[in-house]
Amino acid sequence: MTLLLFLSQAIRIAVPYLFAAGGGVLAERAGIVSLSLEGYMLGGAFGAAIGAHVTGSAWAGLAAGVACGALLGSLHALCTIRFRADQIVTGVAINLFVVGITRFFLQLAFDSSSNSPRVAGFGGEGAGAWALAANPLVWLGILTMPVLGVVIYRTTFGLRARAVGEHPAAAESLGIRVSAVRYAAVIGSGALASLGGVYLTLDQHQFTDSMTAGRGFIALAAVIFGRWDPKRAGIACLLFAAAETLQIQLQGAQLIPSQFVAMIPYVLTIVAVAGVVGRSTPPAALGRAAD
Amino acid sequence: MTAATTGTGDLAIRIRAVDKWFGAVHANRAADLEVVRNEINALVGENGAGKSTLMKIVSGLQPPDRGTIEVNGRDVTGWSTAEAIRAGVGMVHQHFMLVPTLSVAENVVLGREPGGRAMFDRAQAIRDVESLVASSGLAVDANRLVADLSVGEAQRVEILKTLYRGARILLLDEPTAVLSPPEVADLWRVLRRVRDQGTTIVLITHKLDEIMAVTDRITVMRQGATVARMVTKESTPEGVARAMVGRDVSLAVQSSAAQVSADTAPALEIRNLTVRGARVARAVNEVSLAVRPGEILGIAGVEGNGQSELLDAIVGFRAAEGGSLRLGGADLTRASVRARADAGLAHIPEDRHHRGLILDYSIAENLILGLQHRFSTGAQLDRAKIRANAEQQVRAFDIRPTDPALAVRGLSGGNQQKVVIARELSREFSVLVAAQPTRGVDVGAIEFIHDALRKARNAGKAILLVSAELREILTLSDRIAVMYGGRIVTEFARADATEEVLGPFMTGARRDGAAA
Repeated sequence: MTLLLFLSQAIRIAVPYLFAAGGGVLAERAGIVSLSLEGYMLGGAFGAAIGAHVTGSAWAGLAAGVACGALLGSLHALCTIRFRADQIVTGVAINLFVVGITRFFLQLAFDSSSNSPRVAGFGGEGAGAWALAANPLVWLGILTMPVLGVVIYRTTFGLRARAVGEHPAAAESLGIRVSAVRYAAVIGSGALASLGGVYLTLDQHQFTDSMTAGRGFIALAAVIFGRWDPKRAGIACLLFAAAETLQIQLQGAQLIPSQFVAMIPYVLTIVAVAGVVGRSTPPAALGRAAD
Repeated sequence: MTAATTGTGDLAIRIRAVDKWFGAVHANRAADLEVVRNEINALVGENGAGKSTLMKIVSGLQPPDRGTIEVNGRDVTGWSTAEAIRAGVGMVHQHFMLVPTLSVAENVVLGREPGGRAMFDRAQAIRDVESLVASSGLAVDANRLVADLSVGEAQRVEILKTLYRGARILLLDEPTAVLSPPEVADLWRVLRRVRDQGTTIVLITHKLDEIMAVTDRITVMRQGATVARMVTKESTPEGVARAMVGRDVSLAVQSSAAQVSADTAPALEIRNLTVRGARVARAVNEVSLAVRPGEILGIAGVEGNGQSELLDAIVGFRAAEGGSLRLGGADLTRASVRARADAGLAHIPEDRHHRGLILDYSIAENLILGLQHRFSTGAQLDRAKIRANAEQQVRAFDIRPTDPALAVRGLSGGNQQKVVIARELSREFSVLVAAQPTRGVDVGAIEFIHDALRKARNAGKAILLVSAELREILTLSDRIAVMYGGRIVTEFARADATEEVLGPFMTGARRDGAAA
């Protein structure tokens, strides 16, 4: 029973990571740095709250959240592809922008500086495994990485995206529209990553200010730890979520300070990037605007 | 233009009065080009003559600022790469346009993938590429990762890419720059076969022997403009060179090999040197060699066989894993770059932009890099002395333009290289390591640089020359060693070495064992 509890808690934590890391893999394989995952998630979370509040439907909330994510993805794409802005700076700017604008609209729409009222959501009551299994987003989250694997390795779009992320000039010389591929990848990345935020809102039945709390950065760590591969990044998400679950469960025991457990994703990422677990090579054209 | 006019109906490509600027650089000035269908047409000229730009315009990578492009009689000015590919124009770039993390088959079909709209049919891609390999004679395994291919194989993939797209007009930008002699011979075989199957080929090159051997017609460019058009059979290498440079140049492989007694103490002596590479554990594997005062030891070999790592280890950029390095008797195996330079080591680096120059510094400043302590009093640079030094070097090395205050970035490749060489030769040195001293340098400057190296040799300096240009090695060296797979596989006296003799060693087909 403890194992089932552990597993269900780990999956609950892993789902937002899986969505956001999926978005990260998609954009970065096409050569665009995804520092903005945090912003996509927070935007998705807020969009879901608005959508669900206005219509009373969780599904409408989902649609609104994804639309927000796609919109933010388009903004990132426009800045980095059309205007060739620095991808890292743009990513940081989007994160800050989303924190501010959600706060603004939180006040405007719900007259609160901290949270939205209770909205419709997914999943049954309580924290049990059955409540989890009743949430369609959980299943979608589990499917994210396998489906992304097919998209990246088995579709024409995936082949082109990988080519564009490695050697845009080569792709260009073969008549591939590099910008179009990158736009598609970054907008798709925004939509996919926003599902992580949508999940948080619809699971908790409300939006709270800055509720993503750095999850987008943990997801980015999973992308790097997973060497930009959907399967490995998925495993990294599960690993990070398991560590976090352990931290929560051990909190009562006070064996080690919880802060150390919270560091695990970042420490593992540094270890991975330092080359201890095999070479970690990013897509060659990552962060570079195409000529 | 010489009289080689043809009816416009036979022309595969017709370019008229094309102008192209990149910022302030006027890359093409009213350039013309006429390529007859089913011929191999050489497009020759010095570096910066505008050849590559013109080809990029034809292949749709760049639009012209003025002028018209016709392909097969149709005006296609300003078309896109996709349109060019659809019309059967394929370009093989000087720097390969391959995605290293994808397989050969994936690289070939990229942009025109078999399968439905969504799914990529990998099995079909492999079958398509294999049948193309069989029909063209371009042998390469469709399943391998491009990152694992040799340079020669990578180039075959480039040509396969164009053929897969049904190219009837093939544009090749300096295709032999990185190939070994047997690979070059293979390439010519394939190109002739492809031409005989009905393809038109434009070949950008600055190697005169290639032009004479394989082309049907020659178009010469100088400073962005077309200056001559000739039928290959009716022209001479000297005539082509004169058109390229605008004056007479000496082309003969002048061998004035110096004989240095083997008893003379070597100025540079390397014993069993082993160096780790970025990808391989032993990029340089137990290499031993000695260079004596008054001789040039040339190291021939296809690029990527450990030459760069060897150079880095000699100059001190990269630590040796084993073995020793002595300069004039002193052990410098663990010495710093500065200590080596002070001990009498001068270095012409293989990539002048990366290591030889600071492009935004002036000519005068670049001429004292690494020598600044000789041009300063206390912490302050002596501007007058720097300027006097620059004026003298600019005159001695015929660096153009002559204003030492200009940034090096604006100079041509040949003049940039002269700045590097002027600086290195103005050091107090006993050993000169010259790596690719004439890479990307025009014919006129090559002559000048070769003379400077010979003069240094005659003044009693020991010179280690590393070059991917076999012709350069044969022209300058007194002894020739061949490097393959991180080892020195053989060594010849100049008199015994010819391209035919060295070729098999360069490809690893023959080896004598580790000759010292």
